Amino acid sequence: MGESAVLVGLVRPSLLGTYGDGGNAIVLAERLRRRGIDAEVVPIDGNATVPESIDICVLGGGEDTAQAGLAGDEALGRSLARAVDRGAAVLAVCAGFQVLGREFAVGSGEMRPGFGIVDCTTDARLPRRAVGEIVARPGPTMAAAGVPVLTGFENHGGRTLLGPGVEPLGVVELGVGNGDEQRSDGLVAGRVVGTYLHGPVLARNPALADALLRGVVGADLPPLELPEVDRLRAERLAAASGRAGRRRSWPR
Amino acid sequence: MRARAALAAGRVASRLSRALGRGEGAVIGGKVALTLDPSVADHLAAGRRIALVTGTNGKTTTTALLAAALRTDGPVASNTSGANLATGHVAALFGSPGVETAALEVDEAVLPWAIAHLLPVVVVLLNLSRDQLDRLHEVRRTAALWRDALAGAPGVHVVANADDPVVVAAVPPSAGVTWVAAGQWWRLDATSCPRCGSVIGFDAAGGKAWACPGCDLKRPEPDVVWEDDQGVCIDGGWHRLDLSLPGRFNRGNAAMAAVAAVAMGVPAAPAVAAETSVGSVADRYVVRPWGDGKEVRMLLAKNPAGWLEVLELLATSDADSFVIALNARGEDGTDPSWIWDVPFERLRDRYVVCAGERAADLAVRLTYAGVQYAYEPAPAAALDAAPGSSVDLAANYSAFQQFRRVLRHG
Repeated sequence: MGESAVLVGLVRPSLLGTYGDGGNAIVLAERLRRRGIDAEVVPIDGNATVPESIDICVLGGGEDTAQAGLAGDEALGRSLARAVDRGAAVLAVCAGFQVLGREFAVGSGEMRPGFGIVDCTTDARLPRRAVGEIVARPGPTMAAAGVPVLTGFENHGGRTLLGPGVEPLGVVELGVGNGDEQRSDGLVAGRVVGTYLHGPVLARNPALADALLRGVVGADLPPLELPEVDRLRAERLAAASGRAGRRRSWPR
Repeated sequence: MRARAALAAGRVASRLSRALGRGEGAVIGGKVALTLDPSVADHLAAGRRIALVTGTNGKTTTTALLAAALRTDGPVASNTSGANLATGHVAALFGSPGVETAALEVDEAVLPWAIAHLLPVVVVLLNLSRDQLDRLHEVRRTAALWRDALAGAPGVHVVANADDPVVVAAVPPSAGVTWVAAGQWWRLDATSCPRCGSVIGFDAAGGKAWACPGCDLKRPEPDVVWEDDQGVCIDGGWHRLDLSLPGRFNRGNAAMAAVAAVAMGVPAAPAVAAETSVGSVADRYVVRPWGDGKEVRMLLAKNPAGWLEVLELLATSDADSFVIALNARGEDGTDPSWIWDVPFERLRDRYVVCAGERAADLAVRLTYAGVQYAYEPAPAAALDAAPGSSVDLAANYSAFQQFRRVLRHG
């Protein structure tokens, strides 16, 4: 591993790896390598904190008990906050997203403090668990970064309310997302991105991966053509438009 | 009276379904009977001695192994076609009138119903890991369902895998239990304690011991030891497991089935001997001819834990090529994100054809894993595209059924 390798920190894969979100780290590293940029995935597991050298952190979805245990890990929370202050990028999905916020609900609805890195709160007040394909139109930041419509699969019982002025990652066109009145999904705060999209989200939305990587590499990335990813996006968006129950389709 | 009428209607529906060529007819008959009389299962189960087998992986195979072991002592009713919901249980019992002993495979989420209505003598808990999370949501939720159901049935004898922390957490203290060291190599669903959320400590030296640092959950002292190179030790006697079925996972399953057979009153030696005769179960592990002299071995792989065992088999396979197939129907789980938990990177030096209704998801996964592949969603085209004369096929549930039909009818 050269000195210049980009380090992708996979945070608590054994606790936050229930829904395949570890794939996001694979996608980030591989999209760099295919452009000739050295990259490594660094699992941050057990009681380890986020090392100073990490360029981008990835957190995934997990189960309630795991999430509650994680939130009590103050050393991890502090090291994540320091990474964000240093300018590291963060992609946090589902439970990983909830735990970055101020507070979140566990199982029966009891509230636990989160890491407080982003301004949102998650309660248990979704009318029912959100399970299924989700499609969201990106908000201004990601739209400006050239990210097209987002496709994913959601599976969560939490409702997330964003603090005043916080920008959502996207506006939900099919599915539930944060479950608020604005039909938002996730959030964007500087280089931190939260979302409810599994799939994994970066496997289905390579432009989002590249938007995160550009912030880390500090340069424009050459285009990377992967026709199989285009095919997957087209297939998922077509399936979602069929499921939307009305004639609507999303541009790829 | 009502139960009898319901069963008669179920019989008519089964015959109709078979006559119309809509399948084996068992499930539809059970469905009609259960709709007409929800207590029909209780009536059918009354007076029988029933063993239930559940878990994420190995249910169908273990049930077949258990049925073979129990048959050394007389006829056995069993849902051999893998119909593991209430309708399948009704159909299996209805189809074997007067047969006192039954070995039934049970879906993980249906276990509470089956315990309440079928009043089993023995319940076998194999393993519990991520599968169909769109339906089951969380692994721990299923464990809690099992625990509550078993707590309400203290007379049931439990045969449980001591090597899976999620299974151990699902056994209430009130249960009479035989702990079997049956192995669980997939650990990513057992890293946090199902009871308290602490990070479970596994033996760093690669041994089987594990314990939670935050509460008293730990690996129970096994009553039955299974070692892959020695066999299974029941009541002080070692029995070799020389199975026709491949893989360490199936030898672990055979150990569980042998212990369950003993709990049902069959001596260990004939039980183990009978297990060796089981060659394929609902076409799992069967070898079928295809096209011009190709031979296709059929493997079921429907979640990361199952794939880990299949990759273990493939590592020593001398097959010329692999076909891997993925669907995401209701019975498979509609979210196939779990393929990113499977270390497909291990197939880098192999030739892979990806198939199934979600072949596009597999293609992206294999691309990022650096695996050379061909993309052929349709089963027949995928088999044609697989080079060489011997092919290993690994498919998840409904994809497996599609390949089964194609390989049966050419």
